[in-house]
Amino acid sequence: MHEMSLAESVREIVLETAQAQDVAAVRGVVLEIGELAAVETAALLFCLEAVLRGTMAEGATVVIESVPGRGRCLDCDRTVAITRLYDPCPCCGSYRVQASGGAEMRVKSLDVAAFGASG
Amino acid sequence: MCSICGCGSGETRIGRLRGAVIKHLRKSGPTRAWHRVNSPGLEATFRPAREVAAGSDPDAEAPVSPDVEVRAVPERSSRPRPEAKPVGLRAGGSRSGDGGATPADQSHVSVSPGHLHFGAGPAHAHAAGLSQSEMLRIERDILGKNDSLAAANRTLFQRRGVFTLNLVSSPGSGKTTLLVRTLQALAGRLPLAVIEGDQQTEFDAERIRETGVPALQINTGKGCHLDAGMVASAIPRMELAEDSLLLIENVGNLVCPAAFDLGEVHKVVILSVTEGEDKPLKYPDMFAAADLMLLNKTDLLPYLSFDTGKAIDYARRVNPRIAVLPVSATRGDGLDDWLDWIMQARAAFLTSADRR
Repeated sequence: MHEMSLAESVREIVLETAQAQDVAAVRGVVLEIGELAAVETAALLFCLEAVLRGTMAEGATVVIESVPGRGRCLDCDRTVAITRLYDPCPCCGSYRVQASGGAEMRVKSLDVAAFGASG
Repeated sequence: MCSICGCGSGETRIGRLRGAVIKHLRKSGPTRAWHRVNSPGLEATFRPAREVAAGSDPDAEAPVSPDVEVRAVPERSSRPRPEAKPVGLRAGGSRSGDGGATPADQSHVSVSPGHLHFGAGPAHAHAAGLSQSEMLRIERDILGKNDSLAAANRTLFQRRGVFTLNLVSSPGSGKTTLLVRTLQALAGRLPLAVIEGDQQTEFDAERIRETGVPALQINTGKGCHLDAGMVASAIPRMELAEDSLLLIENVGNLVCPAAFDLGEVHKVVILSVTEGEDKPLKYPDMFAAADLMLLNKTDLLPYLSFDTGKAIDYARRVNPRIAVLPVSATRGDGLDDWLDWIMQARAAFLTSADRR
């Protein structure tokens, strides 16, 4: 449900940036969402479509780049790949894996149309 | 084909990242999929993005320099781009598109028969129609605003020595009953205050006020969680005493409040034994975010098939460091352990808090 809040935050970041950079339109938004972040990407895309309507980013293509989840195994002391918070360590099978990466939620970049100015 | 103007320059994108000028570079290797938000079928919309990320194609990213990003976007070239139409393409380049526009700088435009080449300066960039497309790298956290408000709350709490706990759980886990018992037990030992979060009604705040503790009710309306801004606006209305204990009862919701830092020292998740032992796996984010799990309503255990060991095991699979205390808010079992936990955590907070 909080995807709507997230979408509104994305809109704010996108429009703030667009205004600061004086761009004409936003054509694409690249988001980085960690595998372990509490985000339902389909819901986020749905909400983004709604909140970007009527703005200079209306109809922008949105791509979500997934960031792999990582965890530190407290038993074998390795950093391992996990896709869920409760995945066991692929090396030693222990469930004592502390998530250490993949919770990112970022607006990575914007594809914008400038006012014809050179690069 | 060039994704910007269709000029046939290959799988390329151009742009300015962190203000740097980007070359127009040819790209090979795996491609990334771009999808319109409103393309039919959300399934199709988000799946390829995952595939791309899972594609482990380091070459696909391979920037030429840290400031350069090159990306292939074959789909876009064949796609109509209505989003480029509303603004920016009118002569004069005015955002509003009205008559007051100043003419755009044309110095970068190279003209050859049948071909207008934009960005012909040092950038040698391509452009669509009358506007040039750029990739702006911004790297901003989506929750950055909430996090900075939470950080401001945290600083304020530290200065005043206000030890803050964020209590989270499903609706009906017994949060308010537990709060009432906690406040009754701590009355007179230290200054207390409560922020109550619910979508509607002031029922919970009224229950708290009956204990004599000041309580502020935040109604989120349709909102499914408290955020740092709500707490920030509550603080000035509360006259928080120095060195007090502030308990924030979040909206009953085992999902969304996990993502929103309020400036608390700890999140405490309450799981009632009537909910089933598999909740930590079903709703892992909350258990990952919490430092303590209170297993409430243990007085009902004789009537249930709840497996306490399993519940704790599941919670620790999600978060190996989570502390667990069984309590019964109605009967008072385990309450002393919970109060001890509060006092110890508070002492640690007061020792480390920057009071300047």
